Amino acid sequence: MAQENKNGLEVIPRDSAKIKKIWMTALILLVVTAVEFLLAFTMERGMLLYIIFIVLTIVKAKYIMMEFMHLGDEVKPLFYSIIVPLIFLIWLIIALFREGADIFLMRW
Amino acid sequence: MSSTAIEIQSKRGVWGGGNEPLKASYGKLMMWFFLLSDIFTFTAFLITYGAIRVSYPAYGGEVADFVSSNEYWPIPEMIFDAIPFVHGGHFPLVFVGLMTFILILSSVTMVLAVEAGHRNDRKDVVKWMLWTLLGGITFLSCQAWEWSHFIHGTDEGSMLTYVNSVGNVVSETVYGANLLVNEYGPAPFAQLFFFITGFHGFHVTIGVFLLFLAFYQAAVGVYEGRGHYEMIEKIGLYWHFVDLVWVFVFTFFYLI
Repeated sequence: MAQENKNGLEVIPRDSAKIKKIWMTALILLVVTAVEFLLAFTMERGMLLYIIFIVLTIVKAKYIMMEFMHLGDEVKPLFYSIIVPLIFLIWLIIALFREGADIFLMRW
Repeated sequence: MSSTAIEIQSKRGVWGGGNEPLKASYGKLMMWFFLLSDIFTFTAFLITYGAIRVSYPAYGGEVADFVSSNEYWPIPEMIFDAIPFVHGGHFPLVFVGLMTFILILSSVTMVLAVEAGHRNDRKDVVKWMLWTLLGGITFLSCQAWEWSHFIHGTDEGSMLTYVNSVGNVVSETVYGANLLVNEYGPAPFAQLFFFITGFHGFHVTIGVFLLFLAFYQAAVGVYEGRGHYEMIEKIGLYWHFVDLVWVFVFTFFYLI
């Protein structure tokens, strides 16, 4: 497998543990999606179901960002400079949902 | 345990320059900060969806008895229930579920390409890039079908009363969707569908171009000549981000 090429870039052999971890992450993502799909038809629609969906989505987002995008392997300052600004979104969620609810009251 | 190696002091102090506090290349950092700004754009879209949705009444009856109307916000699983080749069938969320699987799998093949790039394994990089490219094109084709079905609508349509483009109140059967009126629910429902899935699809389209570029350059040996496969890593970040956004679109647009 380890072939030398003309530019002298040495091919490092596959590390099966690493590749297995990638496929395990993929399996987790697919299973969580399947569970969401299943819950959509077995549970009654309501706040509880929505919260479960949002939690499962954040679980999936965590796996994609930490395992696939390797954000967890970056140095801490880089990690936090990506994660901390997302705090602003909490404000946006509160502000816009409040706005939407008020428009509902004015309309109906 | 004394070490005989001579330590070369290359420290020039914090302000001396030459420091790499984030230990990542310029290109990777810029990709991360671009993605951060893109996260804000997409979450703004999705939160807008939520805000507009709560400004309309929710459908109060049983899910099974759901009938489309522009009086209340529709239940997504009753709207997105079509699959190709079966006319008029009721297969709720099956097609978008399939699209989600395709995109997650193409994200997996992408991370395998990045891993192969770390090992300077040109053959593996080309193989996995090709799979990722195929996944991206399949996803886009699925979305094209989804849009086409959404725009053309069902055979029955919906009887709606609405204000038409010249400002008159009309009552008629509406088929499909456009930015003014749609058979599924209030006008913003279709508008948000077009904007959110459209903006995501636009990202996927750019991603497919980038994937093709990386696939081609890896295949002809550009990266080998460069001595590293960092471009695969940067495009990989972008492609995973597209998958990440879809995970959220799937939840907020199709499930909730």
